[in-house]
Amino acid sequence: MSDEMPILSMKGITKVFPGVKALSDVDFRLFKGEVHAIMGQNGAGKSTLVKVLTGVHEHDSGEILLEGRPIRPDSPLAAQKLGISTVYQEINLCPNLSVAENIFVGRQPMRFAGIDWKTLNRRAEEILKRLNIAIDVTQILSSYSIAIQQMVAIARVLDISSKILILDEPTSSLDETEVEQLFKVIRSLRDEGLAILFITHFLDQTYQISDRITILKNGEFVGEFRTEALPKLDLIAKMLGKELSEFSFAMGSDERKKAFALVSKDAKNLLKVKGLGLRGSIAPFDLDLNEGDVLGLAGLLGSGRTEMARLIFGIDGANQGEIQIKGKKATISAPRGAMMAGMGFCSEDRKHEGTFAELTVRENLILALQARNGILKYIPTRKQLEIADELIRSLDIKTPSANNEASQLSGGNQQKVMLARWLATNPIILILDEPTRGIDVGAKLEIMELILNLSQKGMGVIFISSEFEEVVRCSNRIVVLKDKAKIAELSGDDMNESRIMQTIAGGK
Amino acid sequence: MALWRSLNRSKIVWPLITLGALLLFNLFFTPHFFRMEIIEGHLFGNLIDILKNAAPIMLLAIGLTLVIATHGIDISVGSVVAISAGVVAILIGGDLAGHPKYPIAVAMIAALLVSTAAGMWNGMLVSRVGMQPIIATLILFVAGRGIAMVFTNAMVIWLYAKPFALLGQGYVLGLPFSIYIVAFVLLVTSIFTRKTAVGLFIEAVGINPTAARFSGINAKNIVFWCYTFSGFCAGVSGLIVCSTIMSADGNNAGNLFELDAILAVVLGGTSLSGGKFYLLGSMVGALIIQTLTTTIYAFNVAPEISQVVKALVVYAVSLLQSEVFRSKIAGVFARKELSA
Repeated sequence: MSDEMPILSMKGITKVFPGVKALSDVDFRLFKGEVHAIMGQNGAGKSTLVKVLTGVHEHDSGEILLEGRPIRPDSPLAAQKLGISTVYQEINLCPNLSVAENIFVGRQPMRFAGIDWKTLNRRAEEILKRLNIAIDVTQILSSYSIAIQQMVAIARVLDISSKILILDEPTSSLDETEVEQLFKVIRSLRDEGLAILFITHFLDQTYQISDRITILKNGEFVGEFRTEALPKLDLIAKMLGKELSEFSFAMGSDERKKAFALVSKDAKNLLKVKGLGLRGSIAPFDLDLNEGDVLGLAGLLGSGRTEMARLIFGIDGANQGEIQIKGKKATISAPRGAMMAGMGFCSEDRKHEGTFAELTVRENLILALQARNGILKYIPTRKQLEIADELIRSLDIKTPSANNEASQLSGGNQQKVMLARWLATNPIILILDEPTRGIDVGAKLEIMELILNLSQKGMGVIFISSEFEEVVRCSNRIVVLKDKAKIAELSGDDMNESRIMQTIAGGK
Repeated sequence: MALWRSLNRSKIVWPLITLGALLLFNLFFTPHFFRMEIIEGHLFGNLIDILKNAAPIMLLAIGLTLVIATHGIDISVGSVVAISAGVVAILIGGDLAGHPKYPIAVAMIAALLVSTAAGMWNGMLVSRVGMQPIIATLILFVAGRGIAMVFTNAMVIWLYAKPFALLGQGYVLGLPFSIYIVAFVLLVTSIFTRKTAVGLFIEAVGINPTAARFSGINAKNIVFWCYTFSGFCAGVSGLIVCSTIMSADGNNAGNLFELDAILAVVLGGTSLSGGKFYLLGSMVGALIIQTLTTTIYAFNVAPEISQVVKALVVYAVSLLQSEVFRSKIAGVFARKELSA
């Protein structure tokens, strides 16, 4: 394959943002008829590389050759015209328009003074047929599953003239069968000769779909590998640049259980929930959380994990039941009340419910602490800096300085900022809703490591993750949820992935 | 290049450059623009006039800056000016001999209370009822002038109580008294927002209200008090407006002030999408608008096209403040450097 000419080759790409060298001397090749995955931790430069290719950013040095000719797209539209089609992570479609309208919006076939609906619908069907999808294109988009919507998004950018298709985290909101459906489409496009660049955080999916992998680390090119010649563990090690054994959670599960046993022997009760519930949100449930506990909430998407957390933290008002904190009844009707009672909550929706993009990292970090102190006890800037620097150091948050805007940080580091914001308030109970979602494997490990450290110090942690493996690894007890209700609590030897799945499936 | 970059980053610089350019233009093209005279111990001249005439808009802009920072808007401030003027006028009364019906201080406090209540009404609609700010404040924008008419019995009330004229016409240490009022309100607001956590909380709410609530900030209260404060500022502005012309006219007092005030805030660098706010920038913005108006008058521009001239300048300033536009310009410069 190496003597064949790549359809796209990027050589020595360097991109500098104020204070950060996002890419330095990165090479990337893409061949016709292959799926090529870019892997790396958050902040490795994956998205910057793609943005350079799609004309969102212009590179400072290096060259891009498309079919041997140098190109320099200065806008996404220019890239599209060159045959580089991109489907972004967030679906940019209109849910209230029909499938056909979504595919052709902005370039509808016209007839006389109006839209030629017949041609529009026929051509939409043809395009979808290429992707092996047969659906009624006149139905509105939102009536179809996310997977179908994702494919409509692909259909929209896919032109006869497309040479390269870029898929940025296309599977992050799909379930397993939907992923398989999408992969079928990707494979058939690949077999047609399209060059596909695939970005994902899921290791397994990378191995299922990709032919070749390029690894980046801290904006630098680590290497290009054929997927079948690169064992998973090697991939992880190359992405992290460190050995797996450095993380304590990789220690034997027996050791960890011992550590938990030491803590929870005479641990005091921190949180007791009795019959808390909200009609239409989650059925009444009981919970107990002791010092040093990591209570995992496991369940499928929509099982009520987040609803449970929101109810405890006072975001949604419960219409029955009660909460006791350290044995005393607490009335919590708003997040503020929960915070004052010693709780912290990291939402799963970092962008809309967590990060203050235009505030500095420092301000992001001290906000909850300041809110607890109240309006008048303003923390002086110098003290803010001290607190921020301490948190940045202890959580290894990657930022040029505490005074940079939070929006400049990568996803994993924004996640750490959110976590650190609560650590600054020194909570006794910390609720983490999907703290490991959408971040790379390295940051995942660090956050799980952090959770264990916090619990060893006596904090009670409620840990939510859609990856059962993570829940099992981190928790000393697991609450299983299904269809908006708590259905079981597992501990000890029952804590394993298959047991969780059996419980949800309704077996023994 | 380093200078260019630091210019790009600082928010107050562009409004200041605009103001400077306007003044420079006048230095060359308007005769006697900078001439100052001392008459009876008071300073007179165009510059003083600009300060004096800008005072009501500056006061509105202080309140509006905070409202806009929460990702809101208050288009009722012009009407609240009319209400405040109406209340103070009816309580002082149109006695030709100049004897006020109620003590002037009482009348002023009453006007401020009514205006603050108007702000609370707006704040309640936005923060508790959950109305969109522009709709919520549209109610008072429309109804406010009606309320002012009710107070004044739909008549223009002329005032003759001399002491009240100090607010809008008086001088202290050679400078117009209204400027001291602006300076005082600005100072107190700056201290209250920057030396306490209020400013940070307002910005947090404006940038991401849900995240603010989840971080334990009482976002609803923050929003409520910003609108309330905007009402109070409009009240103070109304007192000055009434005192300047010693009359209250429900129809015309503060007419279209809201637009100038919003413009002042935006020119000053605070984004309409909320977040970071710049009180001093808003003050410079108000001065830009007033200087522009004065310049246009000085040039005897026909009234029918004076608004167009104003619009063109505003357009140019907005372009200068747009980061996208500036980076394009910078790109042109950079390319020239490369080719040179």
